[in-house]
Amino acid sequence: MWEALKRLYHRMGSPKWFYEISARWLPWFAIPAALCLIVGTVWGLAFAPADYQQGNSFRIIYIHVPAAILAQGAYAMMAIAGGIFLIWRMKMAAWVAAAIAPIGASFCFLALITGAIWGKPTWGTWWVWDARLTSMLLLLFLYFGVMALQKAMETDDTSAKAGAILSLVGLVNIPIIKYSVEWWNTLHQPATLKLTEESTMAMEMLIPLLIMIVGFYLLFATLIFMRTRNEVLWHERKKSWVKKLIEAEK
Amino acid sequence: MFFDSFAEFIAMGKHGFYVWLCYGITALVIIANILAPIRQRKKLFEQQARLQRREKKNASEA
Repeated sequence: MWEALKRLYHRMGSPKWFYEISARWLPWFAIPAALCLIVGTVWGLAFAPADYQQGNSFRIIYIHVPAAILAQGAYAMMAIAGGIFLIWRMKMAAWVAAAIAPIGASFCFLALITGAIWGKPTWGTWWVWDARLTSMLLLLFLYFGVMALQKAMETDDTSAKAGAILSLVGLVNIPIIKYSVEWWNTLHQPATLKLTEESTMAMEMLIPLLIMIVGFYLLFATLIFMRTRNEVLWHERKKSWVKKLIEAEK
Repeated sequence: MFFDSFAEFIAMGKHGFYVWLCYGITALVIIANILAPIRQRKKLFEQQARLQRREKKNASEA
């Protein structure tokens, strides 16, 4: 098992190998992603019962919660990739981190905007400066900062390093987001999904939510593949295998 | 189906505006996320193909 993982790690370090294998992997993520998102959306919008307090506005949960979970998960992955780059000097890890940043930022934006739209009918306001919302906004700014640093320096190497360091420092914000609803008095409702205890949600509402979360993650994987493939082509553009590839396209 | 009619489904019990706005924005964000790398790839291929053609031409002239 350990040996197999080590082999996979070393292969992942090879841009050419990744480029070739990811072409074969892509449909296995893209198609299930589309299926999950379609089934989850139709189920959540048309078939799940309305919430007894919030009515139909609660259906926003089916995008708000998956987007928020993904925004945080993506950030952690980006920081881990950055750490791998810093410690083991694995170039592929830096390119994956660069691929994740704009995707994560877009889902963070999505979580914030759907939260604001949901807040209006539920709390009577688009925005409050409470702990959960503020820490989530900070996450968006951290994404922007990492994206800027990844392109800021003279060389690709120092840029990637700078981005990786900020992403690791910003990791401290992730537990703050998670526990913000418990540590401070916030308008935001506490977590609906819990790993260690039973969820506070009825089954017929919960299942489409879980499908949507899986769908968002599969979509995320698809998008990482697409963007990392571009990063590989760009950074290896002077290598003969990429040159051949481009020539063959014409 | 939770709703009795299509009109009720669209209305979402007075919350239609908020719900549909959220789903609309989500659709846009997802589509943009898919199109961006496709466009980036196309541009990269065009740019590099042009560069390669120029290099070849320069090599044959030299």
